[in-house]
Amino acid sequence: MDIIVAEKVHKKFKLKQGQQVNNNGVISNEIEVLSGFDLKIKKGEFLVLVGPSGSGKSVFLDLVGGLSAPTSGVVYLDDKLVEAPSDKTGYVFQQYALFPWRSALSNIEFGLESRGVAKEERVKIARELLSLFGLSDFEDRFPYQLSGGMQQRVAIARALATKPEVLLMDEPFAALDAQTREILQNELIRIWEGTDTTVIFVTHSIDEAVFLADRVAVVTARPGRIKDIIKIDLPRPRKGDIRSSNEFAANRHKVWGALKAEVNKAQQDWKLAPVFSE
Amino acid sequence: MTEEVIVASRAGLKARSIDFSSYVKQGEYLLKGLNKWSQGIPLVLVFFAIWEALPRLGFIDPLFLPTFSTTIKTLFDLIVSGKLLEHVLVSLQRASAGFGLAILVAVPLGFLMGWYNKFERYTDLLVQSLRNISTFALLPIFLLVLGLGESSKIAIIFYGASWQLLMNTISGVKSIDPIYIKAAKSMCVSDWDLFRKVILPASIPSIIIGARLGAKISLMVVIAAEMIGAKSGLGFFIQNAQFNFMVPEMYAGILTLALLGLLVNYLLVWLEKKTTGWKGEIGSSILG
Repeated sequence: MDIIVAEKVHKKFKLKQGQQVNNNGVISNEIEVLSGFDLKIKKGEFLVLVGPSGSGKSVFLDLVGGLSAPTSGVVYLDDKLVEAPSDKTGYVFQQYALFPWRSALSNIEFGLESRGVAKEERVKIARELLSLFGLSDFEDRFPYQLSGGMQQRVAIARALATKPEVLLMDEPFAALDAQTREILQNELIRIWEGTDTTVIFVTHSIDEAVFLADRVAVVTARPGRIKDIIKIDLPRPRKGDIRSSNEFAANRHKVWGALKAEVNKAQQDWKLAPVFSE
Repeated sequence: MTEEVIVASRAGLKARSIDFSSYVKQGEYLLKGLNKWSQGIPLVLVFFAIWEALPRLGFIDPLFLPTFSTTIKTLFDLIVSGKLLEHVLVSLQRASAGFGLAILVAVPLGFLMGWYNKFERYTDLLVQSLRNISTFALLPIFLLVLGLGESSKIAIIFYGASWQLLMNTISGVKSIDPIYIKAAKSMCVSDWDLFRKVILPASIPSIIIGARLGAKISLMVVIAAEMIGAKSGLGFFIQNAQFNFMVPEMYAGILTLALLGLLVNYLLVWLEKKTTGWKGEIGSSILG
């Protein structure tokens, strides 16, 4: 069963005043980020989006999250048209986006507050999640008192607190150092394998994609659409040492094969890349 | 090893310094602040010594500048008699009424101007024009329109204190990182909660700085206003002493002004730390 269906999605952004872009000789003040983007995501699946910078992966997450609307085309979540943020989704950002004026515990409570969960219950849920991420002793800490890895753990816990059916993760580990990144990948996969949450995960790291994903969707250079979907046939539960196996390397090779041409194309495009705003 | 360290090291992270007791830390902090503060004392003493010496050695006529010791003695007498306190309280009352009014008006207005671009476009020109007029230049007009009573003084303090509060609230709202708004929206917050739980706390640090400046301006304006048209208050007291050639009293009043300013500033710095502790870095020194 498909929990998310995106059909013929197009997304254009208007450029800031005075900026123009040259699309194959046509000068325009609009930039097309997604063009004919079709994707179906199964319930409980871990789907990773990879693609060159500017290919609209994050934009697609915003569309699923209801934070932005497609220019044309439709996105369905649980057979319902996505028009506004849904309480079935949770969102994790690259910049953590923890509220600096709230403690770790209180950050995790945030989403539950909007849903009218009572204080006692909120604290209980938040404490459970903190302990799941090994952060029980840090509940009173403010974000500035936590390392980047800890902050991102809290941010993931915050997104999980509302028990979302779909977890949207926008390069969540990109700002972390290599070791912390691997540790968090291991933690995420351990926690996810015990749930039936659907995850859409955006990354630039092929290793990360192969380690985490059931399927890796390769997005083309801008304007983005799905070029190829690669099924990762690694067994679960996955442990860290799988990264050095031959099967891992083979899968990695497959993904890179699909991605290479697009990255090269994007390199050419970057020379023209303007700054865009909605 | 404490459990905390174990957890942190298991997670491959460097353990942060541990709070054995927050009280010890707080005490240390206070001591550090006091130590920092005390470093300013010698220069103040030098200043007082020069003050004492100049009239004593005949460089300045004591009639125009009484010695520091005379001034202090006069100040002491004024405090003991309760005369000074009366005027101080009146001034503080006026200043806080005007300042309070400024908070009630400028902060909400600032939120509106900072959040709604359209509203800002309509109002900005007027605000910018008004804010660049010196408050003191308007003092006579306020007195003419509102009379010599309390309302004219409170109104002019309100006017003077409002601009910093307004500007800082606007910039506080405008400089909120959009990622916080996005994160909150992804968690389905209502508009009211978005304001209450994100926009408001995120702009508090900037508003507090505006409030500190606004409070300083309030104190300055109240003195000026009392010098022009009042029968009580510290401004009146200083002016009155001046007119009646009670020179030591005048200096005692001026010294009180300095002390008052220092006190109010401490209070606001303390408030700033109290409300923005989550920022970690203490942006201002204890003397502000």
